[in-house]
Amino acid sequence: MDNVDDGSVITRQGLQCLLDALAQRGYTVVGPTVRDQAIVYEELARIEALPAGWTDEQDGGLYRLKRRSDDALFGYAVGPHSWKRFLHPPKVSLWQATRNGDELRFVPARDEPPRYAFIGVRACELAAIGIQDRVLMGDEYADPHYRSRREQAFLVALNCSEAGGTCFCDSMNTGPDVKEGYDLVLTELLDGDNHLFLIRSGSEEGAEVLAELPREPATEAHQTAATAVVEKTRGQMGRSMPQTAIPALLMDNLEHPRWDEVADRCLSCSNCTMVCPTCFCTTVEDTSDLEGGTAERSRRWDSCFTSDFSYIHGGSVRNSTRSRYRQWMTHKLATWVDQFGTSGCVGCGRCITWCPVGIDITEEVHAIHDDVSSRDKE
Amino acid sequence: MISDDFMVPEPVRVLRKQQELETTWTLELEPGGAGRRPFLPGQFNMLYMFGVGEVPISLSGDAGQTETLIHTVRAVGPVSNKLAALKPMDAVGLRGPFGVGWPMTAGEGADLLIVAGGLGLAPLRPAIYHVLRHRERYGRVILLYGTRSPEDILYAGQLEEWNKRPDVEVHITVDHAGGDWLGKIGVVPSLVPSLDFDPEDTVAMVCGPEVMMRFTVNALRDAGVEDESIYLSMERNMKCALGHCGHCQFGSTFVCKDGPVLSFDRLRGLLSLKEF
Amino acid sequence: MKNIAQIVCEHPFFHGLDGEFCDLVCGCARNVRFNPGEYLFHEGGDADYLYLIRFGQVALEIAVPGKPSVRFQTLHDGDLVGVSWVLPPYHWAYDARAITLTRAIAMDAHCLRKKCDDDPVLGYDVMKRLLPILTSRLHATQMQILDVYGTPEQPE
Repeated sequence: MDNVDDGSVITRQGLQCLLDALAQRGYTVVGPTVRDQAIVYEELARIEALPAGWTDEQDGGLYRLKRRSDDALFGYAVGPHSWKRFLHPPKVSLWQATRNGDELRFVPARDEPPRYAFIGVRACELAAIGIQDRVLMGDEYADPHYRSRREQAFLVALNCSEAGGTCFCDSMNTGPDVKEGYDLVLTELLDGDNHLFLIRSGSEEGAEVLAELPREPATEAHQTAATAVVEKTRGQMGRSMPQTAIPALLMDNLEHPRWDEVADRCLSCSNCTMVCPTCFCTTVEDTSDLEGGTAERSRRWDSCFTSDFSYIHGGSVRNSTRSRYRQWMTHKLATWVDQFGTSGCVGCGRCITWCPVGIDITEEVHAIHDDVSSRDKE
Repeated sequence: MISDDFMVPEPVRVLRKQQELETTWTLELEPGGAGRRPFLPGQFNMLYMFGVGEVPISLSGDAGQTETLIHTVRAVGPVSNKLAALKPMDAVGLRGPFGVGWPMTAGEGADLLIVAGGLGLAPLRPAIYHVLRHRERYGRVILLYGTRSPEDILYAGQLEEWNKRPDVEVHITVDHAGGDWLGKIGVVPSLVPSLDFDPEDTVAMVCGPEVMMRFTVNALRDAGVEDESIYLSMERNMKCALGHCGHCQFGSTFVCKDGPVLSFDRLRGLLSLKEF
Repeated sequence: MKNIAQIVCEHPFFHGLDGEFCDLVCGCARNVRFNPGEYLFHEGGDADYLYLIRFGQVALEIAVPGKPSVRFQTLHDGDLVGVSWVLPPYHWAYDARAITLTRAIAMDAHCLRKKCDDDPVLGYDVMKRLLPILTSRLHATQMQILDVYGTPEQPE
């Protein structure tokens, strides 16, 4: 095997070879495609399914696809889907119980999940996967459903060439450049008709796959161009998080009037938690057949914005929208740090884009921060 | 066999059942398979009723005996009503034990002030059993118990037995009573100021409704007990018991995994915060 | 045998009271005993005395029509029984009944009020002793009103 770790370049055709090589190895290949006027993640066989020539316009409560002036395959920011949909699916069957007379039996529902290969995992999304790894398999109670999907997954990461209007990964130190945790990483290089991808491996299996692809060694010019792509993206961030100790800022201001203001707008719809790539909360559902002989328990995504979420006998702990929004944001940005060592926010901007009323997590932090700083100066 | 999948219950049978109060029963369950860990005082199990659902119930028996797992259940909702209606030989699903229990080791050498309210005596009973088994490891042992009325006193016979021991001080109070009650009337935190005890050498374990715990903590702090020496058993919505489902979060803590027993210095400032 | 001054000034309510004040308030005090079941006072009656329990147990009760009286608090060694003697028009708000043989110091309320009025420093000292008792009873009442051990209305 020749040395692939210094970087290589592949063409669009080389990218197809990558999809083929992964399929050949038994992977279910998933990547971005256009569906219902949004870029979502679905199974892919051909690069023609990629959103060639599309980009997106994103702002608070706004998402719109637009045509690009070029044929870039990855010239857009993240859409409503994240990889959590595959690694930590919206609904998982946990077990079946059967009752026969007074005999009770439990049978774990352990389907053999697909071995996924993800194409185009952004830096923020890699960070999000790293966070969910810590949440769902970071201690003795590792979740077997997540682990079986995660441990087999092959990650083709992507250095972003386009930042969206709600992106702020730069200020969360998670992107736009991919740093670690991938098998392969791509940077899309477009220079007129010259359409190439700089590709580098980050794991043994990544190197093996790369070795199978038709490729050229990357030149210094390719490397320089790739660096320029990322730096241009870094300069395009539509949003930024204040550079301050956010956990202390929020936890010291749990009764700040800003929570009331945001609660006046928030619909408690839970969109933000559904699109968030790190939100991990779930609930369980019990169902039984009509004869009462079998029962099933499944797990589905839940949200701290629902009233049932904090239910203890007698009522919900968090009844008001104010308390639920505060729970979501303080968990995401403050208590998450105590629990898992990092912020729960990766700066992907989905919660801003997909909020029906355009609530902006960065704006909320700025508002409390600015108010507190101005009072400190007085 | 215990699965590596902590969400899958193990079927166990009810061995005995005893009514404690009007809506409260104690269930003795089979201890489960050989792989089951022994429990620590203050831990809980998840009990599953076929087709209905699952609830967290604290272990209320003696961790030193392994023949049965004892749970005291109040019938308040769909699952607990079904649990309360179980008969011997009926089967339930069991997961656990989960959570961090009472500071039985940290409390060694110190005086123990155990404060229980209502059904909160159930999760504290394993701690009392433990103390009585290892009585020489602890200093004075004072148990304060408060409940609604004389008819609502849980484990009344046992409280009487413990009270007879020279090495345990038991004080019982009820919120209100009729004329035939000759004991104390008043809320349990009110018992603290008149207690003659050494607050600096005391570890307090408190369990009961959250308001009762808050008032009790105030009384203990007023008496000079350190925040680090006050332990509460918190109640939040526990669904998975593994720290994965997110429901039981209280600030930085997952009550199911980091608790349910937490020292007050971790809860300070948050316990009284509305809707937190 | 202890004299009344010692008994009064060693009682937790007056503990640490300035010596001169102690002599003053002792002028209002006398020893009393109540047999089990005997009332110290009745709701609506004139609050002419306050009682400092030396030992025994006293229950505070409210009569409920058609039902036995509801006892909402018991008081014990070292406790003060009765606060209405400071609040005009000085009428008891509930019944107080001895549950066990109770020995107490009865303080003449007219006498104590006059001494407090005559010497505001003494009056302030007495108020400072009374207020924490009132506050803690208020807190206890709050908790009782919440009926924290009651059955929740909604299911789990």
